[in-house]
Amino acid sequence: MLLADLGSGRRRYQLPVALGCNLAVGLILLFLVVPTLIVAALSFGNASHMEFPLHGLSLRWYEAYFNDPAWMAATVFSLKIAVATTFASTLAGTLAAIGLVRGRLPGLAIIEALVLGPLIIPHIVLGVALYLVFAPIHLTGNFAGFLIAHTVLAVPYVVINVSAALQRFDFALERAALSCGANRAQAFIHVVLPNILPAVVASAGFAFLSSFDEATVAFFLSDVGGKTVTSKMFEDIDFNLTPVIAAISTMLMGVSFLLMGLIHQVRRR
Amino acid sequence: MTGQAKRELAEPLPVRKEACRVHSARSFGPALTVLLLAPLLVLLLLGFVYPIAYLVKLSLLVPQFDTAHYRRLFSDPLYIDVMVRTVKIAVAVMGLSFLLGYPIALVMAGKRRRLSLLAGGCVLIALWSPVLVRSYAFIVLLQRNGLINTLLHQTGLSATGLRMIYTEGAVILAMTHILLPFMILPIFVALRAIPHHYGQAARNLGAGPVAAFLRITLPLSLPGVFAGCVICFILALGFYITPALVGGPGSLMAATLIGQQVTVLLDWPFAAALATVLLLSTLLLVLMFRKVLATSRGFDHVH
Repeated sequence: MLLADLGSGRRRYQLPVALGCNLAVGLILLFLVVPTLIVAALSFGNASHMEFPLHGLSLRWYEAYFNDPAWMAATVFSLKIAVATTFASTLAGTLAAIGLVRGRLPGLAIIEALVLGPLIIPHIVLGVALYLVFAPIHLTGNFAGFLIAHTVLAVPYVVINVSAALQRFDFALERAALSCGANRAQAFIHVVLPNILPAVVASAGFAFLSSFDEATVAFFLSDVGGKTVTSKMFEDIDFNLTPVIAAISTMLMGVSFLLMGLIHQVRRR
Repeated sequence: MTGQAKRELAEPLPVRKEACRVHSARSFGPALTVLLLAPLLVLLLLGFVYPIAYLVKLSLLVPQFDTAHYRRLFSDPLYIDVMVRTVKIAVAVMGLSFLLGYPIALVMAGKRRRLSLLAGGCVLIALWSPVLVRSYAFIVLLQRNGLINTLLHQTGLSATGLRMIYTEGAVILAMTHILLPFMILPIFVALRAIPHHYGQAARNLGAGPVAAFLRITLPLSLPGVFAGCVICFILALGFYITPALVGGPGSLMAATLIGQQVTVLLDWPFAAALATVLLLSTLLLVLMFRKVLATSRGFDHVH
């Protein structure tokens, strides 16, 4: 029934067809992975410009990155923002998810729709809007400004994931705790919370990455006072043609793969 | 025994009592609910609702209420060109993503286990790499003295090199690369839901593999195709990073035009009007297709 079966017939003319299909699939898969893999390969080059194939391997571009105060400042700034964003969005998002799933209030549906807003709206629109509001009050290039912006962008992931976990949770378990004499707070902390914890942890991972990898809003909120790694990359790409940006890209990919892999593991439990 | 019959057998009074208790233990009162939602609401008001409202207000006050910026936007051929090009590129990216994405989704949902794992791995590698890194990869590839031109030169195929970067084609190629997983995943989910014996039944009834595919698999996967197309189109409309890096003045899109107005020309009210138009078109599309988007957990990690 599927493409793979197109080549399984006995008739001879099907062989070239199957080969053609496999070739096409192979080429598309290469298109998906080769561009980023080339960047990773280039970051280990030895020459002072981009060259391919590589004539020698070295870590000099990683050294250059770690020895450059401007890149280090941007990295520390990015990490600070990402960590703070993770805590803020996980806390606000988890509380809100509990309120949305368990609460009774007219207009909850409107709030639910509003939470999805930052996910739907093009980042350029939010970036410009935040820039216009933040620039006059000196919140650009500033930790607090970035924290607000990135928490707004990260919080929908938390609300969606934690709400889904709360909805999956079997309420009979909580009722059992209640009838065994636990009060409602105890039942929630000892029964409900451990059950939604994997979703909370996974959401925290998403929140960190959504802040750490974010470039559009960061570009508009950055100025000489403070910029993230991604916005410095975005500014430098056009004139800095040394592989130092390839080295940073490779590290960003490493962080992303590591965290996504961990999230995958946590979610499978 | 059906649920209906069970309910009729049970005594009415205890059932209702139980239901009441369950209800009150399960849900919080309005006061606690407000308290739980308060941090999120404060955050969204400060960092989302107010800035967007300010943006819309700025676009309409010149300095009194006036639609001058919008009239300029819809009458100047330069800006109409940009809007037409944005839609054109979004359609091209959507079409190309479908053409490249469908075979991969087929392989992922197929019976050859190793191949489907390999394809799934490739899709995840692409999806999990940051958008900025993937756009940078295309600069490295397509630059005047980039990898492709170097290879062309070394192999003697082209001495002068091709002009690839800063063209519309480069933007379409790079955006397709970035949005491809968003096309593949909904199609994969739709294909996986099709029972395998449907195709076998068609084959047993005499259909060839192509006919079985065209008349069984393809129609049943169309909801996934539709969802993937809607997601790709909406995301492509508002894309900034990639067209800003890979595109040039000749391939200005709505988002890059907004960026240019804000950072280079400093015409904030006009940029606000452009952003408002982009925002409204996105919202309109999301509302029109909200059912399609809700079923396939649409927007994850892009922009």
